[in-house]
Amino acid sequence: MAVYVDGIGLLAPGLLGWPAARAVLCGEARYEAGEMPRPSADLLPPAERRRCGEIVRLALHVGAEALEATGARAADLPTVFTSSSGNGEVLHQICETLAGAVRDVSPTRFHNSVHNAPAGYWSIATGSREASTSLCANQGSFAAGLLEAALQSAAERRRVLLVAYDAPNPAPLAAAIPIVAPCGIALLLGHEAAAASLARLELGLAADGAVTPLADEGLERLRTGNSAGCALPLLAALARRRAARLLIEYLPGLCLAATLDPYVPSVP
Amino acid sequence: MRTRLTPLIVTAYTGVNCLGEGVEAWWSALRARRSGLQACAFEDAALETFVGQVDGVERVRLRAELERFDCRNNRLAQLGLEQDGFAEAVAAARERYGPRRIAVVLGTSTSGVGATEHAYRHRDPVTGALPADFHYTETQNTFSLAAFVRRMLDLGGVAHVVSTACSSSAKVFASAARLIKAGLADAAVVGGVDSLCLTTLYGFRSLELLSKEPCRPFDAERTGISIGEGAGFALLERTGAGVALVGVGESADAYHMSTPHPEGLGARLAMERALAAASVAPEEIGYLNLHGTATRSNDAAEGRAVRAVFGSRTPCSATKGAHGHLLGAAGITEALVAIMSLERGWLPGTANTRTLDAACGCRVLLEGEPANARYVLSNSFGFGGNNCSLVFGRTP
Repeated sequence: MAVYVDGIGLLAPGLLGWPAARAVLCGEARYEAGEMPRPSADLLPPAERRRCGEIVRLALHVGAEALEATGARAADLPTVFTSSSGNGEVLHQICETLAGAVRDVSPTRFHNSVHNAPAGYWSIATGSREASTSLCANQGSFAAGLLEAALQSAAERRRVLLVAYDAPNPAPLAAAIPIVAPCGIALLLGHEAAAASLARLELGLAADGAVTPLADEGLERLRTGNSAGCALPLLAALARRRAARLLIEYLPGLCLAATLDPYVPSVP
Repeated sequence: MRTRLTPLIVTAYTGVNCLGEGVEAWWSALRARRSGLQACAFEDAALETFVGQVDGVERVRLRAELERFDCRNNRLAQLGLEQDGFAEAVAAARERYGPRRIAVVLGTSTSGVGATEHAYRHRDPVTGALPADFHYTETQNTFSLAAFVRRMLDLGGVAHVVSTACSSSAKVFASAARLIKAGLADAAVVGGVDSLCLTTLYGFRSLELLSKEPCRPFDAERTGISIGEGAGFALLERTGAGVALVGVGESADAYHMSTPHPEGLGARLAMERALAAASVAPEEIGYLNLHGTATRSNDAAEGRAVRAVFGSRTPCSATKGAHGHLLGAAGITEALVAIMSLERGWLPGTANTRTLDAACGCRVLLEGEPANARYVLSNSFGFGGNNCSLVFGRTP
């Protein structure tokens, strides 16, 4: 099944937005991680912005970036959110409270603990009442989300927004969940070529074969240490604007095969 | 989904909850309008509430090679898979299609968070580290349920977990239908599991949504939810004998993180989209299994939405008074209740409810009654304003 990539959002240390990260991803500039600025949450009303938490800000930030310059209205779009560890900060706070003498869980923390909290905040922020799902497939979460979003776009012949994100957990959870750095990636997918289309993406399954790595050591560390980072080889191919065939991390014994062809709009 | 759904057949199903192990046990409880809710004695929770706890979870033993997956949630999953010949039906499907051609799409809200709660009670007094026997990936991670079930059933195809709070295991039907339609699988194991834990018990208390008595959906005097636990599974195939999944409708409220839209706007959209995907008119639906959590706000909003789509004549009931609110497993559990009502020609009543809230305005059955429905609809709504409605129909 094939879809078109119409928009990209990206935020990770050293990858501060798609336009800025392109040169790094296609190998023209050196990758240097550095500090990641706090994601903006301008979409949200102030009350929600105060209580949503950092991981929701990350997801909303990249989701908003993917729609820039595409002409897509967020309110019209179905969404697929995907993450492996979700909101570790809130999980930590709740479990710490429950292990104490007084089990006064904060109601805001409790509703922020659901895996679909970023999707809920996105829907409130954008007014979208379209279908919205929130997935997890461990380190294969990006592949599962990409598959789901692409199937939905192709089957229903409409644009779908995919948002993948993960961020390091606080101690002591961090020791059990090795996420090396925050990373958020969003793709606006469409069922047909549009003025904004960057590439055509054909997806399938591959039972054998090795996942396509990244040449840069720092980027490869982000790919293997954050489920959303598994999108980086695809983004690198998009940055190079050359045809590519990639195997993306999915499940034990199964990869997601992606064939990418840059889209060049025909001149009328 | 907006486009017409290609029907899929529910060729096998099973589950476990406080009404019993296997669907015959649930059905006899539902026929007798019996509730499985009991005063909460879960772990050391000091809460005045009722829960739908499954007996015997403590006795479940996982296979040695799957030991790292050991937690209450995965034990419930295993207990569910062992009922009603379900694992055998999947094994036969595996023979027919091959292990890579069967998808596993499951829902859960809190996964194995109980394991993390326990680990936090046993931190190293000096370093604060979690104990070495805490296996995050196999217990707490949201995908651990599907990873475990995939191993249990020896399947190697596409798999993911949907986690959209209390609509999770309804939405799995939409996701599986898309995978099968696209040819990425020939069949799918769908379902959901959620387990009692302190996170949800104290979390819902913090929101003042826990009832002090067994919950009474759509009652004028309703005071909140009773949390349950359990597992439910269904096998979906393109052909075979059984009830058909004919429509799925998904929507979001765009309103509030933990309160439904007061007019039930998102709920209404989910039902309308499910009917459109099924090409079924509202008057053709013979029974609605309501989400019916027994909170003031859910039942009021859902009642308005049902009245807007169906008027006030379609028979409805809410079965959470019998099995409790299974959260991430509510969608599959109530889908199976709706399927059984179709197959067995009888609509369950609304256990515990005494006086209907007239303001809700839809025809909620207090007592069960025989009926010959052709189509039924099941509603599931979750935190974050996430809604899903499913339509099932008898096959000719």
